Amino acid sequence: MRSLTRHTLFWPLLALALLLVVNVIATPSFFSIRIQDGHLYGSLIDILRNGAPTLLIALGMTLVIATRGIDLSVGAIVAIAGAVTCTYLAGSPDEGSVSRAIVAMSLAVGVCVLLGLWNGFLIAVLGIQPIIATLVLMTAGRGLAMLITDGQIITVNNALFKKVGAGFVLGLPVAILIAMAVFAVTAVLTRRTALGMLIESVGINPEASRLAGVRARTITWTVYVFVAFCAGIAGVMIASNTSAADANNAGLFIELDAILAVVIGGTSLAGGRFSLTGTLIGAMFIQTLATTIPTIGIPSETNYLFKAVVVILVCLLQSPKARAALSVRRQSPLLTKGSAA
Amino acid sequence: MSVQAPVIKDLGSSLPESVRRYTPPPRFYPVIATFALFVGMFGAGTIRYEGFSSPQVILNLFVDNAFLIVLAVGMTFVILTGGIDLSVGSVVALSTMIAASTLRAGWPAPLTIIAVLLTGSVLGLLMGLVIHYFEIQPFIVTLAGMFLARGLCYLISVESIPIKNETFTSFAMGTIEVPGGHFITPAVVISLVVLVIAAWALHMTRFGRTVYAVGGSEQSALLMGLAVARTKVGVYVISGFCSSLAGLLFSLYMLSGYSLHAVGMELDAIAAVVIGGTLLTGGSGLVLGSALGVLVLGTIQTFISFDGNLSSWWTKITIGVLLLVFVMIQRIFTRRPA
Repeated sequence: MRSLTRHTLFWPLLALALLLVVNVIATPSFFSIRIQDGHLYGSLIDILRNGAPTLLIALGMTLVIATRGIDLSVGAIVAIAGAVTCTYLAGSPDEGSVSRAIVAMSLAVGVCVLLGLWNGFLIAVLGIQPIIATLVLMTAGRGLAMLITDGQIITVNNALFKKVGAGFVLGLPVAILIAMAVFAVTAVLTRRTALGMLIESVGINPEASRLAGVRARTITWTVYVFVAFCAGIAGVMIASNTSAADANNAGLFIELDAILAVVIGGTSLAGGRFSLTGTLIGAMFIQTLATTIPTIGIPSETNYLFKAVVVILVCLLQSPKARAALSVRRQSPLLTKGSAA
Repeated sequence: MSVQAPVIKDLGSSLPESVRRYTPPPRFYPVIATFALFVGMFGAGTIRYEGFSSPQVILNLFVDNAFLIVLAVGMTFVILTGGIDLSVGSVVALSTMIAASTLRAGWPAPLTIIAVLLTGSVLGLLMGLVIHYFEIQPFIVTLAGMFLARGLCYLISVESIPIKNETFTSFAMGTIEVPGGHFITPAVVISLVVLVIAAWALHMTRFGRTVYAVGGSEQSALLMGLAVARTKVGVYVISGFCSSLAGLLFSLYMLSGYSLHAVGMELDAIAAVVIGGTLLTGGSGLVLGSALGVLVLGTIQTFISFDGNLSSWWTKITIGVLLLVFVMIQRIFTRRPA
């Protein structure tokens, strides 16, 4: 089993390493990290910090995909979280106070958990396909965020709130620390308890899991609440980074980046198997890619093109059909068809 | 409407009697529900706002949404087989870019049109082949297609390119008079022709039967000896073709090519198909429903522009709510036989 795990992480790691090598060739000072005013600075730190929101959402998305689901609404939830935080802060009498910031951020994450409960209710209780159920919130969510901010970009000035996305603690950016903490807690909860295995069993066959005594419905519901919770934190982080809530553009396409990170990390979209470490590598890969492209002199907008190539390559590598075609060329097509059916 | 005709013809000779006792077959229920919703919304608009019931307002629904009708028709084919195509919005943008950049380079209009339609179809073909032969989920493959098409847009140009070709501008400005002093655009005629051809292909051809069969159960369709591979790849080619055609119509509507055109339009197309009563699990639905779905979305826009006090974000919220209602209704209807 252990060699298998190593094998699934081999390709993502290799890809990430390749990208880093390309970066070092393009800018030799890429790996250098300097300390300035007691804070760490450098390209690697930037990548980690800018990748933190994607990583957070991808962690939640990993568990959702492990149950053979998908959540398209996270981008909209990010926008709502930012909108709630900034609108509350801007509307409160003392915008800069610490307690207000705490209330605002908790309120935002709380609202997101409610949205997660809603998604989970549609999927786990009413049995609507995950793509469709979350499509509802994906469409309506940005409208809701604009309703909250009244269509304006709301800027706020609050020291504590700003710290979440742009600040430093012990020399490290707070965003990285939060993402790592969530990663650690999720890893411990899923891999040191039976929870991870139960999630995988629901992904393989929810009905069989239920009959075997697993609370399939509760688990499905929980993962959607968890991903919304992660998206809420990510939303606060993104809004904090610019000290503003932009309902139109905050978290735009982040659901696709998160899904991409999960897929690159080797978690199958067919469910039943997940790798949190893989997702971590996947998220870092996407962020490094976004950094690499302008560095080597290609317009940054074309990174969509590279993402497309990566998605297709990763999927082909994961596809049993493509693997079979690569390894056993002489096998008769009739046989492969029969075994697949 | 053309599909209902033969059913009525079978119902004996005394017309009033048969009309009174006529009950539509269950597969028309969702479309009738959508039509009722459309009529209801329009009625509400007529009561609330002056001038809402003008025939030109109805015609404008078609004028402003001709590209979306074409897009929704293509999407209906894909969803009927149980798949999904997320790439359509990006392909629309790519089409506008190709059209604008080739016209600027001095290509004649017909050549540009062929190039655009070919690009969309080939992109659809590639996605279809990957989906079918490598058994990768349509969701992720078309997601890659979406990224690819947007990336290609930026590769052509990051800036917006205006379209100044005479054939294109005269076609875009052209109007067709309809009785009563009102007008439509040539784009509307194209979209309606696409709609009719699609309805014909789905209900009168072997390919159309197979689309429904694959959506009902791919396994059974395969065991019946139907051409599953050809059909599954075919629907993505159709969707790609429709997206590029919609892109051409959109470039006529905007008279420019821009990488950020049609962001999120795939969601509008999917929403129109779902509101039109097509099951997302595949196997059941009509293109007529999708066109009605587009009209419902268009009516929401009209509502907001007529009101003046409502903000644009209510469009998104209303579409979300309608989507939810229709998905719930679908859930109730599909649960019953199981």
